[in-house]
Amino acid sequence: MNEVLARGADRKHDDDALPEKDGADAQSHENAPAHQSKRHDSAHLHVAGRAPYTDDLPEPPGTLHAYLGLSTIANGRIESIDLEAVRAQPDVEAVITADDLGHNDASAWQIGDEPFLTSGKVGFLGQPVFMVVATSRNAARRACRHAKIAYAEDTPILDVDQAREAGGRTVIDGMTLERGDADAALANAPRTLSGTMLIGGQDHFYLEGQIAFAVPGEDGTMIVYSSTQHPSETQMLVAHALHRPAAMVTLEVRRMGGAFGGKESQANLFAALAAFAADRLGAPVKIRPDRDDDMVATGKRHDFRADYEIGFDDEGGIHGVKFTYAARCGFSADLSGPVTDRALFHCDNTYYWPAVKAVSQPLFTNTVSNTAFRGFGGPQGMVGAERVIEEVAFATGLDPLEVRRRNFYGEGERNLTPYHQTVEDFVLPRIVDELLESSDYEARRQAIRQTNRDANGFKRRGIALTPVKFGISFTASHLNQAGALVHIYTDGSIHLNHGGTEMGQGLNTKVAQVVAAVFGVPLEQVRITATSTGKVPNTSATAASSGADLNGMAAKLAAETIRQRLVDFAVAEHGVPAEQVVFRDGQVQIGNREVGFAELVEEAYTARISLSSTGYYRTPKIHWDRASGRGHPFYYFAYGAAVSEVEIDTLTGEYTVERVDILHETGNSLNPAIDIGQIEGGFAQGMGWLTTEELVWDEKGRLLTHAPSTYKIPLASDMPRQFNVALAEWSRAHEPTVFRSKAVGEPPFMLAISVLHALSDAVASVADYTICPRLDAPATPEHILMTIERLRADSKTAN
Amino acid sequence: MTSLTINGKAVELEVDPRTTLLDALREHLKLTGSKKGCDHGQCGACTVLLDGERVNSCLVLFAGCDGQDVTTIEGLKDGDELGAMQRAFVSHDAFQCGYCTPGQICSAVATLKEVERGDASAVTADDGDIHLTRLEVQERMSGNICRCGAYNNIVDAVMETGGAALQTEAAE
Ligand code: FES
Ligand code: FES
Repeated sequence: MNEVLARGADRKHDDDALPEKDGADAQSHENAPAHQSKRHDSAHLHVAGRAPYTDDLPEPPGTLHAYLGLSTIANGRIESIDLEAVRAQPDVEAVITADDLGHNDASAWQIGDEPFLTSGKVGFLGQPVFMVVATSRNAARRACRHAKIAYAEDTPILDVDQAREAGGRTVIDGMTLERGDADAALANAPRTLSGTMLIGGQDHFYLEGQIAFAVPGEDGTMIVYSSTQHPSETQMLVAHALHRPAAMVTLEVRRMGGAFGGKESQANLFAALAAFAADRLGAPVKIRPDRDDDMVATGKRHDFRADYEIGFDDEGGIHGVKFTYAARCGFSADLSGPVTDRALFHCDNTYYWPAVKAVSQPLFTNTVSNTAFRGFGGPQGMVGAERVIEEVAFATGLDPLEVRRRNFYGEGERNLTPYHQTVEDFVLPRIVDELLESSDYEARRQAIRQTNRDANGFKRRGIALTPVKFGISFTASHLNQAGALVHIYTDGSIHLNHGGTEMGQGLNTKVAQVVAAVFGVPLEQVRITATSTGKVPNTSATAASSGADLNGMAAKLAAETIRQRLVDFAVAEHGVPAEQVVFRDGQVQIGNREVGFAELVEEAYTARISLSSTGYYRTPKIHWDRASGRGHPFYYFAYGAAVSEVEIDTLTGEYTVERVDILHETGNSLNPAIDIGQIEGGFAQGMGWLTTEELVWDEKGRLLTHAPSTYKIPLASDMPRQFNVALAEWSRAHEPTVFRSKAVGEPPFMLAISVLHALSDAVASVADYTICPRLDAPATPEHILMTIERLRADSKTAN
Repeated sequence: MTSLTINGKAVELEVDPRTTLLDALREHLKLTGSKKGCDHGQCGACTVLLDGERVNSCLVLFAGCDGQDVTTIEGLKDGDELGAMQRAFVSHDAFQCGYCTPGQICSAVATLKEVERGDASAVTADDGDIHLTRLEVQERMSGNICRCGAYNNIVDAVMETGGAALQTEAAE
C-alpha cells in the first residue's frame, strides 16, 4: 500500500492483528483480511478519548438544550397542566406540550398507542408530558421541576398477576405455537408435573444514555445525530413529527456507547422531539436525559411468568409440554409482539418436544413499555425450556445433563421445531461432547457432590452445563434486507458505507474486512464512514444479531459489482481470460503482468468505468405465517454451550462464579477476537440478568432501581475466577452466509443460563438433591437464601 | 477564577461554583474524552487523575481543584505515541463500544500505582503482601462499569502493563 493511503488511517502505532486467540487465525489466507483478528476500527481513538459520540460533537453557536418533564403517576388522566412557572425560569426559551405537536404518534408502526408527549391519559410513571428548551441543559432540567400538573389517579396494573386479575388485556394479540396433541401427550404420559417460573426483566444501562442532536438546515431540512440502532425508523418518526417528507430528514450515527436493543425503538422519541424543537426554534437542539430519568422513562427487557405442564417418563424422556409465557409489556405495544413471539420460538431451546403447545400473553401494564434487549425474548423462552429439563431431572433423579441429551433434537428425525421448521444444522452434540471433555465436567461434578456431602462449613458448590440454540433472522421476514454503498477513488482508497450501526460489536470492522477481502487490499485501505440515511436508505435496525450477516453481504455484493467491472476492463484491455485477473495483497495479477490496485483503478477511471456501486441483499429461504404458527422463520441456528461452577454461602446467599468454560460456534468467524469479545461480554450481561440485576417497582408504579447504586450490574470483580472461552473452529455455516460465518451478537447471552443452573445445583445440595429448587431469576443472594430456607423446610416436612 | 494544570498545561477558568470537574472538562474546555455515564459517582466513566489519584470527576467541584494537577485520557499520551496502558488496551481488545474506556484507562493507571506503593484492597491477604494478581486487578477495577463486559480483556491489559512495569523496575 502506498504511504499516503496508510497514513489516512493513523493506525501505524500498533500492530493490526491482535494476539492470536485460540489459533483461529490458522486458516486465514483465503479471503484475508477476513477471518483475522483485526482490531476494532476505532481502537486507537477509543483509548485516546478521541472517538466522538453524539454528546462530544461540537455544538454550533446558539445550540439549545432540551429536557423532558415526566409524569408522576402510573395510571390516570391529566386534568390540568400549569407550566407558567416553568416558562418563567431563567434561560428558558420554550416549553413544548402535546398541544404544540400536530403529529404525536411515537409508535414505530404508527398504531397510535404511544404519544411523544401525553396530555390526557397517563400510562406509566415517568411518561413524558412536556419538554423544556433552554440555553443550557442544566437550566432546562431545573426548570422542569416547576411544573404543576394535576392528575385524576387510578389504581395501576403493575405486573403479570395483576394484569391477569384485571382481565388479561394485551397490547397486541398473543401467538400460539402447536405441534402434535400436547393434551393427549400429557394425558398418556407415565408421569406429569406442572409449575411456574418467574423470569426478571433487565435495564440496558448502555453506558452512553439516550441522546439526540438536531440541526436545522436550509429550506426545512433537518439533520439529526442520534444514538439509534434503527436510523431509518428514527428518520421516519422525525419526518412524522415535523410533518415533512422523509427526504428532508437525514439521520446520522457514527457510533453508540452501547445499545443492546435499548436504542432500537427507544431512541425515536428523543430524536423526534429534538428535531421538533430545533425546527420550531430555528436552532440546533440537543436532548440527553439523566441516567435516572433514562432508566425510568425508557423500556427494558420484558419480565415473564412462565407456566408449564410436562408429560415425561422415568427415563427422562419428555412426551409433551405446554407453556404459557406471560410478559409484562407496559402501556404500549412497542416491540412486545415480536419479543413475546421470540420467547415462544425458543421454548424448545435444543430439545425436541414430541407434542407441544406454547401460548404467549403480551399483557398490558401501567409500567414503561418494554422493548428489545439482546436476545429479544429468546432468553426468557430458553430459561423456561431449561426449567422443564431441570424439573424432569429432579423428578426422575437423573443427572440434568442426561435429561438434556436424551431430549436433544435428532439427526434426520425428531427434528421438527414447535413452529414446524426442520432443524438441519444441529451441531450441538459435538459442541457438548468437546466441552465436556475440555471442562472435565463429569469428574468435577462427582467431586463437587462429594465435597458438598462432606462439607462442614456453610459453603456449597454447584455445577451445570446448559446448551444454546438461537434462531438467526428477524421473524418479521421483510426486515431481512440490507444495503451498502462502496466507492473507490482514483488513488485506490475505498469508501464504505452500509445500513448497519456500530454500537461496539465491531460491525464496521467486520464489514470492512469483507470489502478488503473482495478487493484483495489491506484493511487500512477501506475507510468506514458514519451510517447515514442519506447514503443507504430504508435500512433495518441493527438487531437480531443480523448486522454482519446482512450488511456484510450487501457490502460484499457492492464490492463484487465494482470488482467485476475492473475485471471486465482488464480483460478487454489486456486480452486475458477473466480467471487470470486476481486481486491479492494490494496488487492485481493480470495474466503475467502485475499492477498496483490503485494503478488499475486509475486506468479504469480514465477509461470511464464507474467505480461506485450499491449492494443489496435479502436473506433467502425464510418465511413465516404468524396466524398458523408455521414457517421457516430462521435462516439458520447458532449454537454454543457453557459449563459454570459456583460457590454459594448458605448463611448469606452470596456467591461467586468460580469457573466458566464456553465452547461456541460462529461459523467461519469473520474476526475471532471480536467474536470472543462478544461471547465474553454477552455472557457477562446474561449473568447480570440472571443473578444480580433486579428491577423493583413500588405499589405506586415508581421504579426504585433507577441508578447503578440500586441496580447491580456485573463488575470486573464479579467475573468468573477462571474463564475459558473458545470458538468451535470446525464450524461453518451450512447456508451460504458471508464467507460461511455465523451471527454472534445475541446467542452467547444465553450461555449464562448455566450460572443460574449451577446456583440451583448448589442450592439443591441443602436438601440432598431431592427437591427441585425452582430457583427463579434473578437469583440474587436474597433469593438464593430464601430458596435455601424453603428447601430446608420442605425437606424436613418430607422426612 | 480557578487556576490549575490540566494535562500539563496551565488553565484559568471561571465557572459557576456548582460546576463539576467533569462538566468543566467536557463543556468548557472541550476535553470530551472523559465520559458521563451516570453523573452520580457510580459508573466510573468520568474517572480522571487528580494530583495523580483517581477520582470520579462528576463528584469533584471544579472550583475545588485550584492549584491541583489534572490528567485526563487526553493527557496520557507518551509524546505523540499512545501511552503504555493505552497500547495494552488496543492490543488486548479491551473494549467494545469504547464508552467506558477513557475511565477504565485512567483507573488502570492509578491502580498500578496503588499496587506499587502497597495500598491494600479488599482481597489482599492479611499478611499485607500485595501482588498484581488477577483477583487484585478485578477488585481494584470494580469501580468502573463496562456494560459491554470487556472485563476479561481489560484485566489482561492491566496485568500486562503492570507486569512490564515491574520488569523494567527489576532491571533498573
Ligand atoms: S459519570 Fe462519574 S461515575 Fe458515572
Ligand atoms: S466498552 Fe462499552 S461500556 Fe465498556
